[in-house]
Amino acid sequence: MPNLATWGNELYTGKRSYQFINRRTLWFSITGLLVLLSLVVPVAKGGFNLGIEFRGGSEFTVSSVADTSVGPGEAAVLSAAPEHHPRVTNIAPNTMRVQTDKLSDDQTLQVAEALATAYGVTKDEVTSTFIGPTWGQEVSKQALIGLVVFVVLVALLMAAYFRTWKMSLAAIAGLLAVLVVTAGIYSLSGFEVTPSAIIGFLTILSYSLYDTVVVFDKIRENTANLFGQTRRTFGQQVNLAINQTLVRSINTSVVAVLPVASILFIGAFLLGAGTLRDLSLALFVGIVVGTLSTIFFQAPLYALLREQEPEIARHTQRVREQQAAPAPTAA
Amino acid sequence: MSTTGPIRHARRALLWLGVIFILCGAILATGVATGKTTWSPKLALDLEGGTQMILAPKVQGGDAATQEQLDQAVEIIRQRVDGSGVSEAEISTQSGSKVVVSMPGVPDAKTRELIQASANMEFRPVIVSGAWQATPEEERTPKKDLPKPTAEPANASDTNWIDADLWQAFEAYDCSTELFSGETTSGDPAKPLIACEPGTMAKYILGPVEVPGTDIADASFGMTQGSTGFSTGQWAVNLVFNGEGAARFADVTTRLVQQTGAQNQFAIVLDGQVVSAPTTNNVIADGRAQITGSFTEESARALAEQLKYGALPISFEIQSEQQISATLGADQLRMGIIAGLIGLGLVAVYSFFQYRMLGLVTVASLVVAGVLTYAAIALLGWAQNYRLSLAGVAGLIVAIGLTADSFIVYFERVRDELRDGRSLPSAVETGWKRAKRTILASKAVNLLAAVVLYIAAVGNVRGFAFTLGLTAVADLIVVFLFTHPVLQLLARTRFFGEGHRLSGLDPSLMGVEPLYRGAGQVRRYSADAGAARTKRNAAATSEAVRRQTIAERRKAEQAAASVKETDNA
Repeated sequence: MPNLATWGNELYTGKRSYQFINRRTLWFSITGLLVLLSLVVPVAKGGFNLGIEFRGGSEFTVSSVADTSVGPGEAAVLSAAPEHHPRVTNIAPNTMRVQTDKLSDDQTLQVAEALATAYGVTKDEVTSTFIGPTWGQEVSKQALIGLVVFVVLVALLMAAYFRTWKMSLAAIAGLLAVLVVTAGIYSLSGFEVTPSAIIGFLTILSYSLYDTVVVFDKIRENTANLFGQTRRTFGQQVNLAINQTLVRSINTSVVAVLPVASILFIGAFLLGAGTLRDLSLALFVGIVVGTLSTIFFQAPLYALLREQEPEIARHTQRVREQQAAPAPTAA
Repeated sequence: MSTTGPIRHARRALLWLGVIFILCGAILATGVATGKTTWSPKLALDLEGGTQMILAPKVQGGDAATQEQLDQAVEIIRQRVDGSGVSEAEISTQSGSKVVVSMPGVPDAKTRELIQASANMEFRPVIVSGAWQATPEEERTPKKDLPKPTAEPANASDTNWIDADLWQAFEAYDCSTELFSGETTSGDPAKPLIACEPGTMAKYILGPVEVPGTDIADASFGMTQGSTGFSTGQWAVNLVFNGEGAARFADVTTRLVQQTGAQNQFAIVLDGQVVSAPTTNNVIADGRAQITGSFTEESARALAEQLKYGALPISFEIQSEQQISATLGADQLRMGIIAGLIGLGLVAVYSFFQYRMLGLVTVASLVVAGVLTYAAIALLGWAQNYRLSLAGVAGLIVAIGLTADSFIVYFERVRDELRDGRSLPSAVETGWKRAKRTILASKAVNLLAAVVLYIAAVGNVRGFAFTLGLTAVADLIVVFLFTHPVLQLLARTRFFGEGHRLSGLDPSLMGVEPLYRGAGQVRRYSADAGAARTKRNAAATSEAVRRQTIAERRKAEQAAASVKETDNA
């Protein structure tokens, strides 16, 4: 492979072709397995690591800390509110976050003072937050409503644009697989599920379908004049479309993943937990899974759905016969 | 169709982009010059520090609050928060069921109470009215002359409500001090109340509540009409009570109309402050009252709205309260921006690796999109008070990838057309026509997601959704008004048009025989080369032709014809 452009050229003309459609049983099995694993992992791990927004509790942020070790924070909370179990995290340079179960007002003040003393900062540097569990539930509920509304609207939009509901169906089946697998990987990482992570998931909806629409548009173009030719079957046309957009798919996912990866690594290694890290992990996984899903699951699924149509089945039969027949000898 | 067509189109598009930039810049510059805004976007509280409270309304009787009720609730809370001296608070409704109060700094217990309490409107009869200030010590009623109730009060207007303690409190009550402290409360509805009316600078002793605000069915304002039906030019507030309220109000007015002096007045009290204390001229039996006086349109509207709040028995529960210190925000913002710049740098390197000099077009387009987005955020910050939150910054960084994709889709299409053996100018035109469809369809999905997310979202999810939507629009503008026109122009340069090795559009890499084979050879299809080219690409071309729609085919034929013209020219 001397160059991606040459490779792309070979993909374009069909000289080089990867079998996305023919091997679909394999891809479907892998997808099914991943979805199954993603459903099992959270159960095996005892559910998701839900953030404070979902459990409810008090949160303290201590700024301008010189010593960012966890010990003093835990000791301070236990001295002021013995029965509560603190989670102390270093969330940014010189900044500590302390999360506890819900505290009373008095306890909150005591813990804040104890934390200020423990980390040797003034009381102004300690801020406290109370987060009700309903907040997280509210976010998830809204996210779920958003998901349902979006799926319905986008299915209509795609059905209208592509003039076939089968593309909508394939796209949305793939989308759900993407969401489940992303959630599974998220669960595996043990990162907290925060509202930011939920936003990340919702963005994946957009990205994954975006990617699918680009590839499906090429499929639409390639199969528009299907019956006017007998060189390729429907499945072969779809396969050609996937191959022809392969360079685009790779380039786009790399370009989309690069900035997200840079947030993820800066977020995870320099900042610790926070909006940026939670969001970028969900997005990082979602972009990769979403791109793969389009190629290996959504497009082959669409081909499978359409090939059942009698007219297309007849066409496939005709092309197969022709392809099986000995090729006319070249002059 | 002459070849100057695309060039003219490209110049016009770039001109439009320039106009957009100059307009944005000019508007922003005017704003900055007049001190109304700044060059930098406004930052949300999470980046600047402050407190965000999410309030869940609790309606009496357990019904869900309607959007209208919520909007009114926002007005009430805004009045309360502003009244207690906290400035720059942001209050908004969210997803039709929440009220979000965000304010810089940390709210004290008093502010928190103010925000949570329900709007309490009530109608009380006036017993005594007095001066705004406290009576000077030496002029106060001596102890022996203090009023002593002679009997149990017969009705709400009875002076027997006033005992020595109440009278002393009334004399000592200083409206300016009390209102400034923000501690006026509604008090026990069954007991008399001392209250002030800021509008007329009056101070009253009011009787117990006679009609609660919840009995108001509706309030409106308008011009009063004379007997002939013509407008008299006087503003009035119209009040409609529900059945129970109408009966109660009829009783009150029947009694008050016979009274004289201050006792003829009834006071409309909102949160312990007298909004208005009109005199009673008639018995109002049908529950439809009209309040007239020296109203202006504005004050009439204000009173009507306040009366409506009276019908709004909503209190609030603080569902979550988040304090974000600015130091943390600044740190996260800095890291976020660094991450974005690194991401952009990586994208630039990758684009160059993939598309050579064409990668520069990608980077330039991203920069243009970035500037456009920045201007939009700064302008929206001014016009709509849009503030950039950290989630929004994340949205911007994520958008780099989504924006770059439109260019990739476009460039790949152009390459496909080159593979079919087209010349670059014609490949750019045909590729664009196909890419345009794909870009529009896929951006529609993005926009739809952003809109749904924005509408359904709570908290800072909205900032993220808004930013995503904004960048999708910016992307469309850039790809139509910058990337495509620039490529149209570049296609006519020697460097790109002749498929320089570094141009990223080198036909030899596309499986096409180079048109330019070295110095001295004229760039023109020879009869042989043309034939060879046709042969070599016959399969691919016929394939492409077969896949074309009728419209596409016609366009292609036209384009081919025009190319031929130039080649032969």
